[in-house]
Amino acid sequence: MNFASLNAAAARAEIFLAVAACAILLLGVYGDQARRAARCYGLSLVALVIAALLNGLDFSAANGSAFNHMFIADPMAKLLKIAICVLSAAAFVYGRQYNRHRGIFESEYYVLGLFAVTGMLVMASANHLLTLYLGLELMSLCLYAMIAYYRDDRLATEAAMKYFVLGALASSMLLYGMSLLYGFTGSLQLSVISSVLTADAATAAQPQAAIALAVVFIVVALAFKLGVAPFHMWVPDVYHGAPTSTTAFLSAAPKIAAFAITMRLIVGGLNALPDIWQQMLILLALLSVAIGNIIAIAQRNLKRMLAYSTVAHMGFFLFGIASGNAPGYSAALFYVLIYALMGLGAFGVILMLARPEYEADQLADLKGLSKRNPWLAFLLLLLMLSMAGLPPTVGFFAKLAVIHALVQSGLLWVAVLAVLLAVIGAFYYLRVIKLVYFDQPPSADPATAAQTTTTITEGDIAVSPAAILLLSCNVLAIIALLPWIHYLIAICNEVIRRFAV
Amino acid sequence: MTFLQFAFYFFASVLVFAAAMVVTIRNPVKSALFLVLAFFSAACVWITLQAEFLAIVLVLVYVGAVMVLFLFVVMMLDINIAELRAGFTRYLPVGGVVAVLLVVEIVFVLARTFSPQQFANPPSHAADYSNTRELGELLYTTYVYPFEIAAFILLVAIIAAIALTMRARAPRKRIDPVRQVQTRREDRLRIVKMKSASRTAHRDQQDDAS
Repeated sequence: MNFASLNAAAARAEIFLAVAACAILLLGVYGDQARRAARCYGLSLVALVIAALLNGLDFSAANGSAFNHMFIADPMAKLLKIAICVLSAAAFVYGRQYNRHRGIFESEYYVLGLFAVTGMLVMASANHLLTLYLGLELMSLCLYAMIAYYRDDRLATEAAMKYFVLGALASSMLLYGMSLLYGFTGSLQLSVISSVLTADAATAAQPQAAIALAVVFIVVALAFKLGVAPFHMWVPDVYHGAPTSTTAFLSAAPKIAAFAITMRLIVGGLNALPDIWQQMLILLALLSVAIGNIIAIAQRNLKRMLAYSTVAHMGFFLFGIASGNAPGYSAALFYVLIYALMGLGAFGVILMLARPEYEADQLADLKGLSKRNPWLAFLLLLLMLSMAGLPPTVGFFAKLAVIHALVQSGLLWVAVLAVLLAVIGAFYYLRVIKLVYFDQPPSADPATAAQTTTTITEGDIAVSPAAILLLSCNVLAIIALLPWIHYLIAICNEVIRRFAV
Repeated sequence: MTFLQFAFYFFASVLVFAAAMVVTIRNPVKSALFLVLAFFSAACVWITLQAEFLAIVLVLVYVGAVMVLFLFVVMMLDINIAELRAGFTRYLPVGGVVAVLLVVEIVFVLARTFSPQQFANPPSHAADYSNTRELGELLYTTYVYPFEIAAFILLVAIIAAIALTMRARAPRKRIDPVRQVQTRREDRLRIVKMKSASRTAHRDQQDDAS
């Protein structure tokens, strides 16, 4: 161990973000309540942007490792980290006004958010079971607290408790699987585990049943964390119960981090055993696309509907991993990035519609939105078309890439089922469009009704134009990216090609 | 059977017994005390593995600090244990079957593949070998990155606990020492001119009569 093998500079984004979070925590102590929260909010955004830049600077540099190969810096990690930082910053911007109305616009909320992002960055470049697990816990603990932060709301507390208990259960399963893996391979380092398992597979030295047991525990724990069926029970409750600002945060960056942990563990560590995890992943993916899309139809609450839609989308991205080849991983990467963009946009629209005492989270609240707020209605239209996977949007190309990878790896029947289930899913996305554009608005606008019952001045309610502008950029990106779609897919392919095992 | 083996099996069976009692006993205080016993037996098992530092830290931190705090909380809160166990007998058959199946499967798979004979004995060290020093060196060199992340997790736990419980309730009675010191007589004392007491008393009596 010397400074060359320490190579702490490779982890500069994580180190910067962690130090910045501590500094912001201290800065949040001085000044009066409103000013210090605003200051911490602004500084958090600056910190996230700087962290993204720190990762982007040497994007195409050669793969490097740090901290005795516990940390790995490959293009996939950098790409995911940039996306995590940018999307988290956007989630903070969207949720600002919402948080202010609900009395959770406090410095600690943003500090917890920054620590959660730090955890995700750690996960994105983990090359060691220990760092993988610790990054996951760092992220999860912050998320539990951010959900429970809306303390006046019983649903939020319940959601946090549920998430905490199930998260702890999933973590214990992950740890058990990891301990078995350590017992079989004698190492916690993913690259060593991979080479030991490859060597054993060549000589048939390892007992398959025992390794399969370890893989089962790991896959089940990952399924819990990803929220794919049949381990999705917490997703709707948490998405519904959490304050919408936290839901927006949850729906974007943690999904990317979950992709990272899946890639590192399954593709990076267990790449010698595709025949063990491939079937499990296909089953999980099929179940979640089916359950997510079908149960979403029955939802009356927009946040719950989007939660089931998340389950379905997570299943879709698992198809990419389950196909077990490089195009599949690349398609999964593309899918998860596009999904994070769409999910964040959808919750962003809900955040923009929400007013004090009014959550705007019922489907009925969307009736006639096109007459009340044509621009947000148009953004919602784009989002729903993209989530349904209709052609003029990037959502279509994301689904196409995954299906293409499935067909390439010979899983034709899975591809057919996936397309059929996606068609079922299109129903509830189109229903939202119908509500927004073709239904009559309720006689009294619920938003204005809520405004008149509470005595709050107009200036306090207005959503900042900057947030609307950012949300518009976010949502329009799903159309505007179209001319460069092949360039984006090429980046994903290149990133996966250089994925460090 | 050597003495070491006897010690291991003794402490291991005490550990399993205590752990079972923690989850089955009705009284939460006794349950916490059995957890202390479980930690203590685990520490003894670690001693037989020559992990003295870990064993002592387990006793100091968990038994000495965490469990004492835990006992305080259990004794101070009025936890209705019967209410917590309301669904216990209802879910016991399903849960029990699942748990037994899982244990049987794991034992079945692992017993055929894992055996202590597969692994070489760890090298034995001289009596003056310090595993405290070894642990410290590893933690601050090879494992410095996970060590620091773990530190941040603890920091997050502190922040989250304080942020979730230190809530600014609306009518919070708090003393601001600066304002308290800067106060002047005019802020506190108001002199009110009043009519003499006897006439008001007289009028009150008249009111009562009418």
